[in-house]
Amino acid sequence: MTWLETLRTGWDAIRTHRMRSALTTLGILIGIAAVILTVGLGEGAQGQVSAQINALGSNLLIVSPGSSTSGAGVRGGFGSASTLTVGDATALGSKVAAPDIAAVAPITQRSEALTAAANNWTTTVVGTTPNWLSVRARALASGRFLTEADEAQDAAVVVLAPTTATELFGSTDVAGQSVTINNIPFQVIGVLTSAGSDSTSNLDDQAIVPQATASTRLFGGSTRTSVQSIYIEATSGSTLSAADQEATSELDNLHGVSALNQDFTITAQQSLVNTVTSVDRTLTVLLAGIAALSLLVGGIGVMNIMLVSVAERTREIGLRKALGARPATIRNQFLVEASVLGLAGGLFGAVLGIAGAIVVPHLIGNPISISPTATAGAIAVSIAIGLVFGVYPATRAARLAPIDALRSE
Amino acid sequence: MSAPLIDLVGVRKTYRNGSLSVDALRGITLQIRPGEYTAIMGPSGSGKSTLMHIVGCLDVATSGSYHLAGENVGEMSEVELAQVRNRRVGFVFQQFNLLPSQSAWRNVELPLLYAGVGRDERRRRALAALDRVGLGDRAEHRPGELSGGQQQRVAVARAVVTEPALILADEPTGNLDSTATADVLALLRDLHDGGSTIVLITHEAEVGAQATRRVVVRDGGIVADEATAGVRAP
Ligand SMILES: Nc1ncnc2c1ncn2[C@@H]1O[C@H](COP(=O)(O)OP(=O)(O)O)[C@@H](O)[C@H]1O
Ligand SMILES: [Mg+2]
Repeated sequence: MTWLETLRTGWDAIRTHRMRSALTTLGILIGIAAVILTVGLGEGAQGQVSAQINALGSNLLIVSPGSSTSGAGVRGGFGSASTLTVGDATALGSKVAAPDIAAVAPITQRSEALTAAANNWTTTVVGTTPNWLSVRARALASGRFLTEADEAQDAAVVVLAPTTATELFGSTDVAGQSVTINNIPFQVIGVLTSAGSDSTSNLDDQAIVPQATASTRLFGGSTRTSVQSIYIEATSGSTLSAADQEATSELDNLHGVSALNQDFTITAQQSLVNTVTSVDRTLTVLLAGIAALSLLVGGIGVMNIMLVSVAERTREIGLRKALGARPATIRNQFLVEASVLGLAGGLFGAVLGIAGAIVVPHLIGNPISISPTATAGAIAVSIAIGLVFGVYPATRAARLAPIDALRSE
Repeated sequence: MSAPLIDLVGVRKTYRNGSLSVDALRGITLQIRPGEYTAIMGPSGSGKSTLMHIVGCLDVATSGSYHLAGENVGEMSEVELAQVRNRRVGFVFQQFNLLPSQSAWRNVELPLLYAGVGRDERRRRALAALDRVGLGDRAEHRPGELSGGQQQRVAVARAVVTEPALILADEPTGNLDSTATADVLALLRDLHDGGSTIVLITHEAEVGAQATRRVVVRDGGIVADEATAGVRAP
């Protein structure tokens, strides 16, 4: 008997018991759809996070004060023992000492109350240099950004992020308006485009002022040259580690320290991407594991139905054997039946999963990517499940003694 | 005298169900030559079906020997037994045993399917066998759409489609009215005339009278074995 004929016989049996076959298929279908959706959700989230982080500058290194274990970060108040200075930033910007560093932007920031006309708004005020715009991969919606001249003159100028502008003025077209920060009048010279939010802050709610203005007129700490962190942009993604080394040796020199007593820490934005994606991956694996469990349950459903089918068709099996069917022929018939059920579940499950991946993002706002490999894999797995869980019932059918099978009622 | 097609020597069959054991056959010795039309008769429970199952290679004897067409059935593997059933034996059962979801000709082609015959030839031979039993126009009907007599004729067509040497019929008329009984008996008679070896099991005297030899079984043993006139049904 050829495989095609075995397939036809199996297909006939499935068609004869439509309802039962449909319900069996449902178990696999749900499992496969769940696998495709969860894997898609996980991959979609990973893609979204790395896209977000990359948008902030994937070639970014951040120098923070303190050793890597001290935990001092951007939130350390100005005037506390920050070991980084404007001089450090200038030195790192030198093309000679650090050829792989494209641009450097020192940062000091603090939460301040801003007032425009009758509106009050408290936001993060960032003191930095003109390089900040390119280092943080931001762009202007209107007006201009800080210049070297602003820096040299301690100019009372500010660039607002879009949310801040809207909260203060009710619009983002506010270049030329004036705003008071800490009771000092500032002129708004530009507004940034939107950039969303990263893991720690809302990037669309901040006010950018010149570094010199921030330290001399706004924050007024004891050490005017001290900064909270320094952002470094490497010339490219491939020179990131070279830039890291150049920055480390330069700062070691300036601070008179070595690897043993370093008073600064350099972290790469890329390592943040890796951390976040690995957390996402763990979550995806966990969800896919749960989905796989539901597949297992679906597989047990197939086995259950196949056992019922064998019991119900004992007489038919006996007849087929009386007419000359070999044990292997009977076994193959039931195996084909089980794997066709599995395949049908896989195909319909893939259709449902892909439909879900298209529809669900509109409801929950999370992207779901449709992975061809995961889909093909899921369908292959569904056939395998049919086969694996069909083996026991099929073997039982094949082993039935023809006469016992014929006699059964 | 030709070599026997069926050669049973001292065949015993004991069914064991836990501590309970039933001696269904207690030493049967029987030879049937090619072309014979034998009726096996006896009251219910006398062991007729058990004997037919052993002769048809559906079951194996507990002891004794059985040669079918000179081959020792006791030494055959599962696969060889399946092959023997497929090629040498055609079964007709009291319950018809047709697959209800399949059309008449699909039922008839089954033995050919297991014999590895190609699709077109299967259909051709199945239709020819249905013609032979007078059901050429019912090939696409399912068993449920046929009368009991017609269903049994489909079963006869299925039994003869591989042109086996031996036809085994176990109470083939047990579920049929007198007209249908006459039809089926006439078919068996035709097959006998065509040279087939037929073993007909029945407990009805008139049905048994069709055969040319009568073997009477009681309590698992043969109590009479005689040639008969082979009366043709009216
Ligand atoms: N599978 C079985 N298990 C136990 N006893 C059986 C089995 N099949 C038949 N028998 C017993 O064997 C004897 C002969 O049965 P059977 O050959 O069916 O008789 P008949 O066909 O002549 O009516 C009966 O006593 C029956 O109860
Ligand atoms: Mg019987």
